[in-house]
Amino acid sequence: MQMRLRVWRQKNRDTQGSLVDYAVDDVSSEMSFLEMLDVLNERLAGEGDDPIAFDHDCREGICGTCSLMINGQAHGPNRATTTCQLHMRSFEDGDTIRIEPWRAAAFPVLKDLVVDRAPLDAIVQAGGYISVNTGSAPDANLIPIGKPVADRAMDAAACIGCGACVAQCPNGAGQLFTAAKVSQLALLPQGKPERTKRVRSMVATMEDYFGSCSNFGECEAVCPKEISLDFIAVMNREYVRAALVSDPGD
Amino acid sequence: MTLDAKIPAAPLAEMWTQHKFDLKLVNPANKRRFEIIVVGSGLAGASASSTMAELGYNVKCFCYQDSARRAHSISAQGGINAAKNYQNDGDSVFRLFYDTVKGGDFRSREGNVHRLAEVSVNIMDQCVAQGVPFAREYGGHLSNRSFGGAQVSRTFYARGQTGQQLLLGAYQALQRQIALGKVEMFPRTEMLEVVVEDGRARGIITRDMVTGEIASHSADAVVLATGGYVNVFFLSTNAKGCNTTAIWRAHRKGAFFANPCYTQIHPTCIPVSGEYQSKLTLMSESLRNDGRIWVPAKPGDDRPPSEIPEDERDYYLERKYPAFGNLVPRDIASRAAKEVCDAGHGVAHAGLGVYLDFEDAIGRLGRDTIEDRYGNLFEMYERITGDDPYEVPMKIYPAPHYSMGGLWVDYNLMSNLPGLFVIGEANFSDHGANRLGASALMQGLADGYFVLPYTIGDYLARHMGEEPLPTDHEAFREAESGVQARIEKLLSNDGSRTPESFHRELGRLAWDHCGMSRTREGLLEALAKLPELKERFWREIKVVGDGAELNQSLEVAGRVADFLELAELMCRDALEREESCGTHFRTEYQSAEGEALRNDEQFTYVAAWEWAGEGEEPRLHKEQLEFENVELSQRSYK
Repeated sequence: MQMRLRVWRQKNRDTQGSLVDYAVDDVSSEMSFLEMLDVLNERLAGEGDDPIAFDHDCREGICGTCSLMINGQAHGPNRATTTCQLHMRSFEDGDTIRIEPWRAAAFPVLKDLVVDRAPLDAIVQAGGYISVNTGSAPDANLIPIGKPVADRAMDAAACIGCGACVAQCPNGAGQLFTAAKVSQLALLPQGKPERTKRVRSMVATMEDYFGSCSNFGECEAVCPKEISLDFIAVMNREYVRAALVSDPGD
Repeated sequence: MTLDAKIPAAPLAEMWTQHKFDLKLVNPANKRRFEIIVVGSGLAGASASSTMAELGYNVKCFCYQDSARRAHSISAQGGINAAKNYQNDGDSVFRLFYDTVKGGDFRSREGNVHRLAEVSVNIMDQCVAQGVPFAREYGGHLSNRSFGGAQVSRTFYARGQTGQQLLLGAYQALQRQIALGKVEMFPRTEMLEVVVEDGRARGIITRDMVTGEIASHSADAVVLATGGYVNVFFLSTNAKGCNTTAIWRAHRKGAFFANPCYTQIHPTCIPVSGEYQSKLTLMSESLRNDGRIWVPAKPGDDRPPSEIPEDERDYYLERKYPAFGNLVPRDIASRAAKEVCDAGHGVAHAGLGVYLDFEDAIGRLGRDTIEDRYGNLFEMYERITGDDPYEVPMKIYPAPHYSMGGLWVDYNLMSNLPGLFVIGEANFSDHGANRLGASALMQGLADGYFVLPYTIGDYLARHMGEEPLPTDHEAFREAESGVQARIEKLLSNDGSRTPESFHRELGRLAWDHCGMSRTREGLLEALAKLPELKERFWREIKVVGDGAELNQSLEVAGRVADFLELAELMCRDALEREESCGTHFRTEYQSAEGEALRNDEQFTYVAAWEWAGEGEEPRLHKEQLEFENVELSQRSYK
């Protein structure tokens, strides 16, 4: 296959970027998308040009490092697939592919396709945990948790923190990411004692960095782990509940 | 020098309890006077950082990823072992200990392994309390499964994402301490040197991977939690960024490297599809609980699997190992796959694959049950290969996965350099010559949550009142200029080859001669070629761009340079160990049935290598292993 790429190149955070055209020949349909970029980068480096910087690590869809807007879609055209698991068999010979970094005010570009996603960590720091010091836990089987509840918590916990939800949202909202963690911890009995304080604090931090949610649902559509929009409803309910209780310990 | 493992003089079952009592304590008011550096934020690094911060220490944690949550522990799929005996099937701390020592082919320390089995139960308690959503039964209690090489069900799991969920638990504990100001986090920062002064580790030199800034960090103790080194093979299941630089730099500064030749090849990975392949993807070996492994009985049979009748299939693991069948330990399953493929029975690209078939399991349990157990793995397989495993058998082949070798540590997890601690996969301590499934997560968290936070106190208490070395000290300045010089050398070289191309070349050489099976001739050949490859690397390397920016080629180049040196030590260690044990299979040493043949009389020791300088042969130190509680036997899974 022969591909034509239009790739966002930007030297660093402080400079203007632009789209640059590249042609890549000898693309195999069995290659992953990132392997195609590897091939291009090897060629560029061999010619003394600066290779295209992009984030990636596990290349098996779980670390959440890879990103890329591919033809305007976060993680490309396939449902429930991270960029690193996208394969070239999803494209046609001769296609032109536009490759851009995550697009969100909260995620400034560091170089080419690499962005800074630190605000996602800040949201977790605001309360995305259960405060339990090592050593103080009771026996693991002491608190029974029904399978449906455990499964639902796991559905929310599956978030890989890649930021596609933010990148695809017209408002650059961080609701789906935040809701996934709020929901996981609110659903489980271990998370109940801190639920009021947690949702207040996490939402406040989210609003410091990200836009507002207006229920477009783009986030759910591009989420590689298919985190459900329902969790945003869970978070909103938690938030309203928190607004109605006077004591954060309730 | 003699290596003192500092194994406590107490009966096995009381050893850790006694040792905890004997360790010196640092009182709460004094803990906040100490600074500790932790490099790495995976299960070991994140759990150690958060736990030590909870105790009151000041921690600086470094990772090369853009967030601590992305460390490679996140990729572990199958589960975590704990000797809870919730299934009432005869499990116990002693049985987990015994299985681990036996699984490691009697090349690990009894004391360390027993401690690991003991704290396994505390790990589960801790992780559940953190909100890790483990799989549960309808009654609300935790669910278990059996896992490669075990005859009891002691493996806890969170779908096929156990590593992710455990890491997020540790990551969240870490974020909590960051918010409390007890941990300072340095993402996108790479450690490039450890600073040793007067024989003690006093700090590290780092590079900011966005700005290129080189910085010195001083502390009372340095903890390396930087994972394993099987990316030396280029193609492996590790994340692309996993590297040996931190432990290799420490090795060059005097830390002994133990058993480098013990590298695990995981039996169930997606086969290579072409020359451009950049990494290999693991399919959890939990799949072997329900999947049946087979190849066409006739070599070169290229009919589609559905057209090969039952009596023309060879379920070779079930045939050779009737007691364990498809659940034999990883090393045995991997070698058996290589054997049938070498004999021409292989399927997939270049004949390097075997079938893992779920037809029987789907017939017996129904598609829903299989989907519940492995749904996400099946989807992942389909995304990568384009095949639907509910309809056609998976194709799998072994791939490098884990390194049991690593920096030598004593019972306190301290290296031979005082003040330098090594935890998780980066150390060598608990798995011997082969790691059992679901034991890596256990060890990472055992070290970080329950071992290091105790043992590091003993070291710190002995240095109460001493100040960390100032970063303008000669030792820091020297280390910094060494790092700068190396970067400049890489950037200024007028070569033509990319770091990636050297990595591929190194990987092929290491895989061919120091991979799944090794021979004296092959190892000698590799040892002759490696110095030449290293020389070519430094002559022909071309790194584009400059040092004061985000430069991924520069990152790769530095790592490949270190892998090149490590590969040589691996081959030397494999050559010196004239026996087969666990994953280390020397074809000269095998039984009549083709099984690994140990030589306990001569090789029941840990090989700890000392760096002797550039171009010099490393010095071997031996730590004899004593077995007082288990009897050395030939492993048999028949």
